[in-house]
Amino acid sequence: MSSDVMAIQTAEAAGRPWVQTLHAWVTTVDHKRLGILYIFYALVFLGIAGIEAIVMRIQLMHAHNDFVSPQVFNRMFTMHGTTMIFFVVMPVLFGFANYLVPLMIGARDMAFPRLNAFSFWLTALGGILLYFSFVGGSGLYGAGNAPDVGWWAYAPLTSRAFSPGHSTDYWTVALLVSGFGSIGTGVNLIATILSMRCPGMKLSRMPLLAWLTLVMSGLVLISLTPLSAAQLMLLVDRYLGGHFFDTQAGGSATLWMHFFWIFGHPEVYILVIPAFAFASEIIPVFSRKPIFGYPVMVGATVCIGFVSMSVWAHHMFTIGMNSSANAFFVLTTMVIAVPTGIKIFNWLGTMWGGKIQFKTPMLFCIGFLFQFLIAGLTGIMLGAAPFNWQLSGSYFVVAHFHYMIVGAILFCVFAAFYYWFPKMTGRMLNESLGKLHFWLFVIGFHLTFDFMHIPGVLGMPRRIYTYEPGRGWDTLNLIVTIGSFIQGIATLVFVANMVLSYFQGAKAGNDPWDAWTLEWSVSSPPPAYNFASIPTVASRRPLWDRKHPEDPDSHYD
Amino acid sequence: MVVSILILSMGRRQTDEQTLSGPGLLKLTTRGEKEAQSAMAEKHKAEWRVVLGRAMGIVVLLTGILFAAGLCAATPKPDNPIPSIFEPQSTPADSILHLSRFVLSITALIFLVVAALLTYAVAKFRGKAADAQREPAQVYGSTQIELAWTVIPILIVVVLFLATARVIHAIQDAPKPAAALEVAVIGHQFWWEFRYPALGIVTANELHIPVSDPAHPTPTFLKLLSADTDHSFWVPQLAGKTDLIPNRVNEMWMDPHRTGVFLGQCAQYCGTQHAKMLLQVSVESPEDFEAWVRAQKQPVNQNETEIAGKRVFETTACLNCHAVAGTNATGHFGPDLSHLMSRHTIAAGAAENTKENLRLWIQNPDAIKPGALMPAMQLTDADLEVLVRYLETLQ
Amino acid sequence: MACLIIAESAIFTIIVVAYLFYVGKSLTGPTPREVLETPIFYTICLLSSSLTIHFASRSLERGKRGAFLGLWLLTIVLGGLFLFGTGQEWHRLIYEHGLTISTNLFGTTYYSLVGLHATHVTVGLLMLSIVLLFCLAGRVGPEQAARVDVLSMYWHFVDGVWVVVFTVVYVLGR
Repeated sequence: MSSDVMAIQTAEAAGRPWVQTLHAWVTTVDHKRLGILYIFYALVFLGIAGIEAIVMRIQLMHAHNDFVSPQVFNRMFTMHGTTMIFFVVMPVLFGFANYLVPLMIGARDMAFPRLNAFSFWLTALGGILLYFSFVGGSGLYGAGNAPDVGWWAYAPLTSRAFSPGHSTDYWTVALLVSGFGSIGTGVNLIATILSMRCPGMKLSRMPLLAWLTLVMSGLVLISLTPLSAAQLMLLVDRYLGGHFFDTQAGGSATLWMHFFWIFGHPEVYILVIPAFAFASEIIPVFSRKPIFGYPVMVGATVCIGFVSMSVWAHHMFTIGMNSSANAFFVLTTMVIAVPTGIKIFNWLGTMWGGKIQFKTPMLFCIGFLFQFLIAGLTGIMLGAAPFNWQLSGSYFVVAHFHYMIVGAILFCVFAAFYYWFPKMTGRMLNESLGKLHFWLFVIGFHLTFDFMHIPGVLGMPRRIYTYEPGRGWDTLNLIVTIGSFIQGIATLVFVANMVLSYFQGAKAGNDPWDAWTLEWSVSSPPPAYNFASIPTVASRRPLWDRKHPEDPDSHYD
Repeated sequence: MVVSILILSMGRRQTDEQTLSGPGLLKLTTRGEKEAQSAMAEKHKAEWRVVLGRAMGIVVLLTGILFAAGLCAATPKPDNPIPSIFEPQSTPADSILHLSRFVLSITALIFLVVAALLTYAVAKFRGKAADAQREPAQVYGSTQIELAWTVIPILIVVVLFLATARVIHAIQDAPKPAAALEVAVIGHQFWWEFRYPALGIVTANELHIPVSDPAHPTPTFLKLLSADTDHSFWVPQLAGKTDLIPNRVNEMWMDPHRTGVFLGQCAQYCGTQHAKMLLQVSVESPEDFEAWVRAQKQPVNQNETEIAGKRVFETTACLNCHAVAGTNATGHFGPDLSHLMSRHTIAAGAAENTKENLRLWIQNPDAIKPGALMPAMQLTDADLEVLVRYLETLQ
Repeated sequence: MACLIIAESAIFTIIVVAYLFYVGKSLTGPTPREVLETPIFYTICLLSSSLTIHFASRSLERGKRGAFLGLWLLTIVLGGLFLFGTGQEWHRLIYEHGLTISTNLFGTTYYSLVGLHATHVTVGLLMLSIVLLFCLAGRVGPEQAARVDVLSMYWHFVDGVWVVVFTVVYVLGR
């Protein structure tokens, strides 16, 4: 039945001129296509931001290098950070959420398909606007150049006095626009999850990915908005002569910091919670056991969501808050480590006693577990304020958060690619290339980010385009750079794998991994309407019930 | 073992065909499977030795790195060229190191335990191709275990918090003794201004402070201000960093235990030349410090030997930004040049203080520090020569 | 709509926080006490428009199109009056007291906060007017009651924000 559907679709597609296909994709409101659009978009920007990183690493290979000027370097780190967070990781996570959530909850589409499309195009516009700053720079007279204020855009560096021209405005407006897109997606996801679950799917029977997406969306609503508010205030300062952050008129630079980090900290949880979601779907399937402690996983995530709104000033330990305030934020930061750590134990408990299959998705998840553990522990170190007074603003912090974003989040994203690519395209990704990608990336990742901790400890601050020789930073920086090249090669292997497998990969069938959630009950790729008839579920693993009718989960729910 | 038994005893079920497995329990498999298993077992052992080996290799590599770093840091270096946080020379930096060691040991322990469990799980519970058809025991959770691994982290958190809060209070709320030296640090794009209000001294980029004898402490208390954007004062061996934020007064202190020159730099991105806003702190014996103070308070060279150069200084835009005591140059935008030649470097550490560099800095600052706010002065060679000779009299 | 309200509340919260943070911190210029006049009448207008929209929504549910039209129109008029009042106040502040957004911290925060709210009122009025047009064209009936209800939720939110802004600016901030 499903192969007939595929055959019809392929036949239709083959006969159409490419303009029609393009038109169909541009005007689509189908959550699956929008999901794929988000993912493509993210991959393109991954390449661009990756190149920005490599440029920085070449510049920092040895002391007093002059590969790029300080002005260019400062634009590189600003754009690298901004792009990676807003136009790579967030879109790829929204893309997967868009694609998977309706399928996993047995719905035909999201609650507001047109809002979905609108949100995607807003985000896309934001990214293009940000990058237009490069073109509009020296080309169009007076239009400005790429922003160089750092991705946090601290005041008063962003005021007219210190950032003339329009580069900061590109940063502000691009993120405002894409921020509204993200809020739209958050609204959509919440509405979909709360009101469009199939019959029998109580909230306690939803796949963990749906639960974690729900928490993430809630965070999006209340944490992206402070950034939008602060950016509106910045625009008032820059264009209407306002004084929100104008220290000469009594304004406060620390107010911007508070507002930014009230956004910035929950933002990193917005990034990591979907990564947890992927791990929570993939690890059980490849351990051949259900997730250990489903209610606790949900509870811990909700806990993380709430507590994450109270830790923001651990990014501001050095600004001179009094000792009580500093102690408070130390406490909340340490407290949030508890539910986060619990999750590691739950994944461990899932693997324990299982029959682990070392396919590529699982390899990436295992890498994730080790690396997330280390990243969390360096986070705890940084949460101890006095330690933070030494290491904040140094390469130790840079190493810590890259460990989190690359070592934990990106690894989970890679795992998600290998796991769901068959569902999205109908073809398996090549296992050998996948393993090559994994091992190359692991080696490059550890070369870069393990060694990166050390210059921080030896006094190397971040955001510097060059450094003095003889401080013990030279060789370490060289090793870090070499690792970055290896990661770049690994990523190329990954892209090659996707391209080759799309055209020549083994046919996937509905359920290549013998998994248990609803998306594996439909064809690969699914038909436009998702389900021929909306399923009814009786447990958390509806496909387990179907495959093991003698011993269904529903007896134990 | 206990953990596995607990897991297996709570909320688990099995089908007729399932294999019970786990350390310490009997395997209930059929005969045929046993034979097939042993044949595959050898092959799998070899394969997974490689995987396990690699995983352990990573762990060893990491531990080795940290150990090596610790070793390197522990070896004393005579001239403090490496500003390592592991070589503190002052009480705040000491306290931070002690706390860090405590935190590090706890986190290292957590890492070893959890990483060991993970490695064990990955190695022990690998699936064998032979029984791909059978699913393992489907375990949903265990309240006891979950409780244990919630309570223990909470206890660890409480301990870490209390240890940290103590150090925060000790450093931030330390009382200021009467003998403390007060210095106002004003951050500029991209240089440091140092004012000693009690001594009437103004200088730039190279801070001189007295060593502090624990018996009669003479710490230095810094008041941190900014003239433009955010900066951060970071000399790792002497203290943690504190930011300089415009329209805000921050404070920090340090009491260096021994003399020497300690390096640091600005640690909060402040614009194009953030990278070259370097810091040099000379900690001196009481006698040497007194000598330096005396030299700084000396009136600027009144010999008038370099009249031509002085005229160039006073009639071009130099005095709009710079000040020289005893002349009508009272600019505050750039560093005070009264005792320029008492400093080892210029441009906040970007270049050695030599005649060639002075010439270059005045004619083409972008060659030394592109993006610095010093303008190229466009002087004729003759004017430049006499000007530099004049500057060299500012001892 | 509930989600949108949550998100918008967060934006307003941040701007209110900024407002409260800067109370009394202006270095120069007119202070709130000197120049602010409590807009009681216009506040009553806006808050009663919440009542009228509520009854309008109910009427629509019950199929009373006439009552719906009248009450809906009244809501728009009251909202429009409020905007007019805000405009009047701004005119007075700018031309009589010289208070603009760039005068001092009070000016910046006042115009930003009240302005953001006024923008939301404007957008709301626009949407209400669109519904009015549809109603005049005879296309609004009890079947649309749920959608109209969603819109009235937004309107209630805007009024709720005004209660907060009013308290912060005219009561606490002085």
